[in-house]
Amino acid sequence: MKKLGFIVNPVAGMGGRVGLKGSDGAEILKLARELGAKPEAPGRALEALKIISGLKDKIEIITYPHEMGQEECREAGFEPRVIGAIESGRTTPEDTMEAARLMAAEKVDLILFAGGDGTARNIYNAVGERVPTLGIPAGVKIHSGVYAVNPKGAGQVCAMFLDGKLLNIREAEVMDIDEDAFREGVVTAKLYGYLRVPEERRYVQSVKSGGVLAEKEALVSIVSEVVDQMTENPETYFIIGPGTTTRNIMTDLKLQNTLLGVDVVKGKKLVANDVAEARIWELIQGQPAKIVVTIIGGQGHVFGRGNQQLSPRIIREVGKSNIVIIATKEKLTSLQGRPLLVDTGDEELNDELSGYLRVTTGYGDYVMYQVGYN
Amino acid sequence: MGMDKNTLLRKFHQARWDEEIIFELSVPGERGILVPRAEPGVVAEVGDGLAALPKSLKRKKPPALPEVNQMKVNRHYMRLSQETLGTDVNIDISQGTCTMKYSPKVQEHLVARHPGITEIHPLQDEDTLQGILEMYYKFEQFLKEISGLDYFSMQPGGGAHGVFTNASIIRAYHASRGDRKRDEIITTMFSHPCDAATPFTAGYKVITLMPDENGYPDLRAMKAALSERTAGIFITNPEDTGIYNPRIEEYVNAAHEVGALCSYDQANANGMLGIARAREAGFDLCHFNVHKTFSSPHGCMGPAMGAQGVRAVLKDFLPVPRVEYDGKRYYLNYNLPHSIGKTRSFYGNAPIVVRAYAWIMQHGAEGLREVAECSVLNNNYMEKKLRAIPGVVVWYAEGKRRLEQVRYSWEKLQQDTGVGTGDVMRRMADYGIQHYWTSHHPWVVPEPFTLEPCESYSKADIDEYCAVLAQVSKEAYEDPEFVKNAPYNLPVHNVPAPEINEPERIAVTWRQYQKKKAAKKG
Repeated sequence: MKKLGFIVNPVAGMGGRVGLKGSDGAEILKLARELGAKPEAPGRALEALKIISGLKDKIEIITYPHEMGQEECREAGFEPRVIGAIESGRTTPEDTMEAARLMAAEKVDLILFAGGDGTARNIYNAVGERVPTLGIPAGVKIHSGVYAVNPKGAGQVCAMFLDGKLLNIREAEVMDIDEDAFREGVVTAKLYGYLRVPEERRYVQSVKSGGVLAEKEALVSIVSEVVDQMTENPETYFIIGPGTTTRNIMTDLKLQNTLLGVDVVKGKKLVANDVAEARIWELIQGQPAKIVVTIIGGQGHVFGRGNQQLSPRIIREVGKSNIVIIATKEKLTSLQGRPLLVDTGDEELNDELSGYLRVTTGYGDYVMYQVGYN
Repeated sequence: MGMDKNTLLRKFHQARWDEEIIFELSVPGERGILVPRAEPGVVAEVGDGLAALPKSLKRKKPPALPEVNQMKVNRHYMRLSQETLGTDVNIDISQGTCTMKYSPKVQEHLVARHPGITEIHPLQDEDTLQGILEMYYKFEQFLKEISGLDYFSMQPGGGAHGVFTNASIIRAYHASRGDRKRDEIITTMFSHPCDAATPFTAGYKVITLMPDENGYPDLRAMKAALSERTAGIFITNPEDTGIYNPRIEEYVNAAHEVGALCSYDQANANGMLGIARAREAGFDLCHFNVHKTFSSPHGCMGPAMGAQGVRAVLKDFLPVPRVEYDGKRYYLNYNLPHSIGKTRSFYGNAPIVVRAYAWIMQHGAEGLREVAECSVLNNNYMEKKLRAIPGVVVWYAEGKRRLEQVRYSWEKLQQDTGVGTGDVMRRMADYGIQHYWTSHHPWVVPEPFTLEPCESYSKADIDEYCAVLAQVSKEAYEDPEFVKNAPYNLPVHNVPAPEINEPERIAVTWRQYQKKKAAKKG
């Protein structure tokens, strides 16, 4: 019998309706409540649960007490097994993390959670990539790629997954905007890590169609192209940005990789892992260099999300023509015509980088794609 | 009995034979045909014939072919045919871009029975091949008139092959001018994937353009991609969306300005015959899928023909031999020293030339124009009806007409009910209509389906087709699970969705199947 772990962050989304930029932190939560904010997540969680209620005799639902899942399960007609303990009305991120940890220990097949990026981070901190997870979008910030398109979609993907129908589990970015900076008007995001999310193309946020194998082959093809360039330019420093797409390059070269950081390679040998901006600058002074980046986050950022180590001065030193953007055609298509975005922090540089750039989509295979709005 | 006059739906149920693979029907020693032995006079002249075979070619063991009697062979394939929904038994509008028009049976009689084609061999003396050569020559003249280009070859064995031949000619052209830095071509996301794949095979890097917000290839992206390294652009127009790009000249001119050639993928020219030509649009090369626009049964990966044509400046590079006429007789011309060579065995698919020639002759020039007009009219009529079906949306070109086909989307149906294009595909066949073609990958338009009525189907046929889709939409809104669990009336009830992705579970030959089965056991 399949086991489903179910967690609701009851305060997720409360900041949004009253104009706050998130719901993280006790202070903000207090303010939100004072402003009359009502919980959003429970209703959305229930919507998703109703879709899988047909499976209630075939799966075991394990959930957290009261408003963290138990209530929603009961309302949807389930008889859940309730674990853990909370202080009802005063739930915290630690509760979410403990819930996820306990469920992982119970060896659930999937953790279905209702929340936003803050919640996704909590889940990630608790279980990392050990358990498949799926988000019901119910937060203010939903920049991570871990959610279904909507609560109904989450229910449908979950049902299919538990029914054995879904084939692919992909790694989805856990991203979060720095809330304090955001309230000051500065948008910076951090790539926290990756969660494993079941994929049914229509329901999870990026719509895909080509099939699992086709995507894998496309990545192999892209790697061949980049490695070829390395072979042809043995004296060039290749600055490899973060992400799962770029990781394939390092794996192919059998080099240590930093999934969330920047690595530097020369002559197909590792120069440095997880380098800071200053070190990159040091390395490439007066040297031929290329930057290899991919698309991070659901908005299609090439610079400015998760790779701020690639500062304006480094990008200028390397030169626009030496920027290698890698992405599969599927990924580009999922942007639905929206341009790739560059947010280097330097407006002038952003403008210079805008226009049409070649995106490497395979071996000898490119797409001319729009970068920036203009 | 029969189709309901009000709903236009049929109570269709397909045969289910649970038929074996033909290898499983093999009985050792059973024979379907006993090949007559050679007459004594022939034996006296050439011996037993086998002695002339090189030793290295002679089999040591007989081939593992199934031994099946003739009647069983006939029964076997008839049963299998009953388990498919081919063009002869259903309203085959579903195969958008395939142009499933009626291939007149008289053409099949010709190629199956007329000794002028059945009793000849390509290596016979040309004097004994004048009839078929005349057809080749005249068919070339037809294509010249239809396209406005100057020379054609019938050698390529299919559309992709035609595009590959064009890419090879482009390569030869630039090489002949000493221009060796052109190593890129440009194509579009809505062109056929062969417009990317075959030039790549011909040695080029490929740059693909995304569609702009109107569904046309992004012209600014093209201009950014064009450079002195561009050898050619490969474009379809109208593309799979069915939208004709009225600014096609700008694309062609932009390419010419950097010295690139323009190749027109006219695999499906059905909406343009007698109306618009490659020449006036500025193209240097084109190709037609003869088996599509000019009718032929689509053999499922062949036999087919991708006749390709060029402007005079590229004549030298055409494949050899060319069929030419000196005013008195038709002959094969191998004297093209700069030819890219042979692209296929002999002279290309002769029976397809016979069919296409016959088809054009049956229509005449006015008839070809009528084909285009009817196919566009049929398509626009159908589009109007389909847009009225709940759940259907059509991306791009709001307020503009399409030509001969349309890419639709069940995006709204999927959002409203959870039923998507894959589900509709499976359910529609329960009404005796073959599942439609969705789109090439990646799917730019979500939940796609691409339909093409051609000129052959009547209004009543189109109404029947639309009624089925309307019905499935109705079912989706009323009972989505029912549609998702389709099909119910077909030989196979449990269609894996999504597709089977594990190679170890797929075998495409009997030998492969045996191996994998044995490996699984062991």
